Amino acid sequence: MLARAAESASATWARPVTFDFDRVDVCDLSRHYGRRRALSRITLTCPAGEILGLLGPNGAGKSTLLAILATLLAPSSGEVRYGTRTAAEAGPALRARLGLLAHDLHLYPELTARENLRFFARLHGLPGVDARVGAGLENAALTDRADEAVSGFSRGMRQRLALERALLHEPRLLLLDEPFTGLDDQSALALVARLRGLSARGAIVVVATHDLDVAEGVLDRVAVLRDGRLIAVDDAREGLRKRYRTQVAAASRT
Amino acid sequence: MFLRVAWLIVQKDLTVEVRSRELIYTTAFFAVSCVLVFAFALVREGRPLEDAAAGILWIAIAFAGTLALGRTFERERHTETLRALLLAPASRPAIYVGKLAGILLLMAAVEAVLVPLVALFFDAPVLARPMYLLALLVSGTVGFAAVGTLFAAMLVRARSRDVLLPVLLYPITIPVIIAGVRGTAALFQPEPDVEMARMWIAILGFFDVVFVTLSLWTFEPLMTE
Amino acid sequence: MSRYYGALIVVAMGMFAVAPVLVANAPYESTMGLVQKIFYYHVPSAMMMFLAAFVCGIASAVYLFRKTPAADRLAAAAGELTVVFGMIVLVTGPLWARKAWGVWWQWDARLTSSLLLWMIFVAYLLVRKYGGPGSEKLGAAMAIFGMANVPFVYVSVNIWRTLHPRTSVVPDLPAPMMGPFLFSAVAFLLLFVGLLSARMALERARATVEQVYREADEGDEWERRGEE
Repeated sequence: MLARAAESASATWARPVTFDFDRVDVCDLSRHYGRRRALSRITLTCPAGEILGLLGPNGAGKSTLLAILATLLAPSSGEVRYGTRTAAEAGPALRARLGLLAHDLHLYPELTARENLRFFARLHGLPGVDARVGAGLENAALTDRADEAVSGFSRGMRQRLALERALLHEPRLLLLDEPFTGLDDQSALALVARLRGLSARGAIVVVATHDLDVAEGVLDRVAVLRDGRLIAVDDAREGLRKRYRTQVAAASRT
Repeated sequence: MFLRVAWLIVQKDLTVEVRSRELIYTTAFFAVSCVLVFAFALVREGRPLEDAAAGILWIAIAFAGTLALGRTFERERHTETLRALLLAPASRPAIYVGKLAGILLLMAAVEAVLVPLVALFFDAPVLARPMYLLALLVSGTVGFAAVGTLFAAMLVRARSRDVLLPVLLYPITIPVIIAGVRGTAALFQPEPDVEMARMWIAILGFFDVVFVTLSLWTFEPLMTE
Repeated sequence: MSRYYGALIVVAMGMFAVAPVLVANAPYESTMGLVQKIFYYHVPSAMMMFLAAFVCGIASAVYLFRKTPAADRLAAAAGELTVVFGMIVLVTGPLWARKAWGVWWQWDARLTSSLLLWMIFVAYLLVRKYGGPGSEKLGAAMAIFGMANVPFVYVSVNIWRTLHPRTSVVPDLPAPMMGPFLFSAVAFLLLFVGLLSARMALERARATVEQVYREADEGDEWERRGEE
């Protein structure tokens, strides 16, 4: 048993075969907790080069869907295909192509900005650690505060750093959970620009938010969730607020 | 590869701990208070009950260990960094080994305080057979921490996790306590019973192998919800 | 099998009704006399407790690695039965000990190991009940570790106790005693299987109810959409 554990460990870590995909397909996905349905038969496609928004009030299932896409949560039924493979088929190599920016930011407050980035870069086994860390710090505009503990940073600074951490390994699929909360206008604009740039370079970006005003500016397509169900998928950008505010607002009133 | 990831995590935990020193101070102090409480409870007319020293040492290790485990994973939970670790393409058992090594280092530091203290309060001959005592402490702590790290990690997302950790951990680690206490007591006798100690060390070693293997094996399925 | 759990329990009850007669007719044991006869209930209970613990451990391992819901239901049922039969053992044991040896409790290997196994499975039930969502997996880990622990507990308590005098608890069985013992053992086994099946059927029913609730939820949604 010890030999088997060691063998599976080395097999999964040995230089992962570069696994890549250009679309993510969610097929009839459901997730429930006992009696409560968190997600109900979601079917969705996310192609590369597109910024998809998951809209919906709190409790609609956005975070659950993101967690499943990030392979942190297993679905109760249905599957997610990354290209042609499911998470189980792709194995740990899939995680090298995923990036998650969640509300909690996943940063170690006692470590400095530079140390945080270094740790995650080395954890991912990336080559050229120092160069990447330097570039990340620059992109986050934190080079002058690189050696300060993260606990002293403002929310906006931490957000920028967390985004860079999620992007260190150049993921194909970038998942963001409510990234605009607590950001001032300038930081929000910078984030929008960054996401656009990534999307233009072929990344699949999925943003979950309940803020319709911000959403209009950055999303190419939206999927509206309510009570775990997908009630609409739409291309149009204008009139988003008008069309979906009732749906989203009505749900949050119930 | 596997060991590199584990080593990275240990380094990170060590750096974080050195910066804040929260865990080492609070856990060490807690262990010392434990010893004192038990001393007051078990010492009669200035003389400790027979084998009290061995028992108190291992109880303090168990209690302090549980506290340290709870706090370490509470920290990871607070910033959701455990999720970030799980998102890396590293093999999950490597994460387990990294956390385990960190806990072991912390426990070693606490035991470095406890053993002299017990020697002082209970006049216990810790230097009679130091290598055997060390072997007992190492094998016992590894067994306790191996199961503890797994349970603490899997409880991170559970409700009532503070009380469930001891509820789950203590029954499973009873053999470790028995072996540790009896082995240490054998070494603390006026004529140290090395044979007995050796036997307990062997049992502990076997326990360690079985439970580290079991933990490595079950860590992955337990970490995905 | 579970459809017949009613029949199994009825047969078991029937056997239990007959058992006291057999037990009364069995020969007296030389040293302990009448009191020894509690053994006919005590030992089979212990056997069932270990069997239940074993079943729970295996089912938990299957559930953890294959995620089959049926395995989880079996583990839950077996875990409860471990605690139930364990309680019988831990009540009949001291009753017997009091009369046979004069003390309520003795730290001998078997009794202590049984107590510990019982506690492990009480912890199993606690974590399943209070662990929140996903507690089935936590319980499964506990059951597996508990199972792996049994030999260590037995060995360490055994060695711990050899330093002190030990009374033998289970004598070799002469033929006239074997009959009632086997009868009793079979009765307990039928009871165990019957209860296990009944409990599993209950769990299956609960899963069905939850499924129905989920689907009813969905039905509501379609109605609502029709109105929009």
